[in-house]
Amino acid sequence: MKTVALIGNPNVGKTTLFNSLTGSNQYVGNWAGVTVEKKEGYLDKSIKIIDLPGIYAMDTFSNEEKVAKNFLLHESVDLIVNIVDASNLERNLYLTTQLKQFKKPIVLVLNMMDVAESKKININIDKLSKELKMFIIPISASKGTGLEHIREFLLRNDFFKLPIDNEFQFQNFNSEKETYKYIEEILDKSITYSSNDIISTKDTIDGILLNKFFAYPIFFSIMYLIFKFTFSWVGQPLADLLDEGLQNVLIPNLNTLLQNSSPWFKSLLIDGIVGGVGSIIVFLPVILSLFLGISFLEDSGYMARAAFLMDRVMRKMGLSGKAFIPLVVGFGCSVPAIMSTRTLESEKDRKLAALIIPLMSCNARLPVYALFASIFFKGKETIVVFSLYLLGIIVAFIIGLLFKNTIFKKDEEPFIIELPEYKMPEPQNLALHTWDKGKGFLKKAGTIILSISVIVWFLSNFNFNGMTEINNSLFAAIGKALTPIFKPLGFGSWEASVSLLTGLMAKEVVVSTMGVIFGANLDALLPKYFTQLSSYSFLVFVLLYTPCITSIATMKKEYGNKMAIFSLLYQFLLAWIVAFIVFNLGSLILS
Amino acid sequence: MSVIDLRPGEKGYIDTILGNEKLCKRLLALGCIEGTKITFKNSAPLGDPVIINVRGFDLAIRKKDASNIKLKED
Repeated sequence: MKTVALIGNPNVGKTTLFNSLTGSNQYVGNWAGVTVEKKEGYLDKSIKIIDLPGIYAMDTFSNEEKVAKNFLLHESVDLIVNIVDASNLERNLYLTTQLKQFKKPIVLVLNMMDVAESKKININIDKLSKELKMFIIPISASKGTGLEHIREFLLRNDFFKLPIDNEFQFQNFNSEKETYKYIEEILDKSITYSSNDIISTKDTIDGILLNKFFAYPIFFSIMYLIFKFTFSWVGQPLADLLDEGLQNVLIPNLNTLLQNSSPWFKSLLIDGIVGGVGSIIVFLPVILSLFLGISFLEDSGYMARAAFLMDRVMRKMGLSGKAFIPLVVGFGCSVPAIMSTRTLESEKDRKLAALIIPLMSCNARLPVYALFASIFFKGKETIVVFSLYLLGIIVAFIIGLLFKNTIFKKDEEPFIIELPEYKMPEPQNLALHTWDKGKGFLKKAGTIILSISVIVWFLSNFNFNGMTEINNSLFAAIGKALTPIFKPLGFGSWEASVSLLTGLMAKEVVVSTMGVIFGANLDALLPKYFTQLSSYSFLVFVLLYTPCITSIATMKKEYGNKMAIFSLLYQFLLAWIVAFIVFNLGSLILS
Repeated sequence: MSVIDLRPGEKGYIDTILGNEKLCKRLLALGCIEGTKITFKNSAPLGDPVIINVRGFDLAIRKKDASNIKLKED
């Protein structure tokens, strides 16, 4: 097996090349210890291609750079494929000079030859190849031209024959200035520009999309479209359809099929397993539609502009502008939102955003607000629900500030992003990226969610004497034991704590559990257990407490055990503190 | 003077980069070295960050960081 490392600057078509070489034969994972995505794929049985992160240099301290450098230093790499933007060679070759120091067989892929041509940049390939002492393959990946040459070259599998420029190490560069001088000299000999005044389409589009008056209306319209696409038009309706199919077709049929088997087995299968699987697959359409939207923004070049536009606002909570999008998605559902934090630039941004997202009030919490508001705040429902959403945002800001200045203090990175050329996203790239996300969720988060579902099913249907109602179950026993914790918050009944416990499955379950343990008439019964104030304190707790298991499982999949456990604990503590303040301050004012 | 003292569309030549090591290294690697032509393109609608152009590509950078890109006086 030969290992080929694919490397280049961001926005040079690296992903397009990788996708066209490996097709669907690729796997996305994580580099050990960091949140940088690791992609590998196979050209055929004998050639493995590793897509290294897009970077500008090897020595400016980012995690992406460390990952790439360690890989080239410590893994057995048989060939480096360095892809560069032919229309912007000066900067692109900077990385090349650093790659040559690894003294491995290396080939330079000049991508975007079509763009260079339209910019009237004439590149003398033979000359450039001679000057750089490198083998060069010119392509236009988005047009599909030249790709077959790379494929042929790789399949010939004789790249160990490539000459290694051993003299290069004597090119001792003491500073970036010397490196750039060396590059400029080479380009002077091999490139001619036949025109200087080209009207850039990028500037024209930026003139509209970044315009003083239009920029924000356009940005918020795009956000609105993506949100609607995911949660109203496509994703959620499909999810509801799947859920209905499960409830109305699969479960009744299973019931009939299993009518002669023992009740515990029937319940395990239907409530435990089918319920668990159901809660996983209904997330899938939402995840897929969201990532279709996000990949579109990313590939078109707009995402960098979004980061630019929102930076001023998001910076206040320690995040860069791009993080606005995952946070907005969080109002729909934390799961795809946490997954989308992976598109942020720095490790600090990714982790901080993922920790804050569950504070955005997701759709699943709305049924709980609606139930309580309709009973305790008749006529003032809207303002009560709105206040909870607002509270979530305010708490997120405070937590962002707090974490930024404590746990993430040393990870501060300068905000410098390239605003690339706009382009039409390629369907293959969109499809592969979207599908990767869905597949990753099913495989990694799915198994955890399923096993927890079965455990929760067991706890809520059994006690030490065997199968029982939820009121007498192990879960109820745990809930009763937890009651003293909630007493200072104003809701010290075991029914409330058991509902909160089951709410870990999914927040809306709080309502259905209350329905089961209180019996039918919640309107009449709830006021016996809650006052107006304690009901609000309860809602504040529901807003802020530990995310549902699907979110936790997603957090574990993306960021590992430590982050998942931290998220679980800190939000419980946070919810307790804020609800405590609300209840006690409220009592003080009302008395 | 620094690059943020330029008016939109105005050009200058880089003299030196100040600021912390992370910022310096990153800007130098992107080719912001002494004598390089740099254009101040525009500010974001809220005034910050700003867009600068070096060696044919646009970079978005915060004002605070951009003020560390000092220009040659002539």
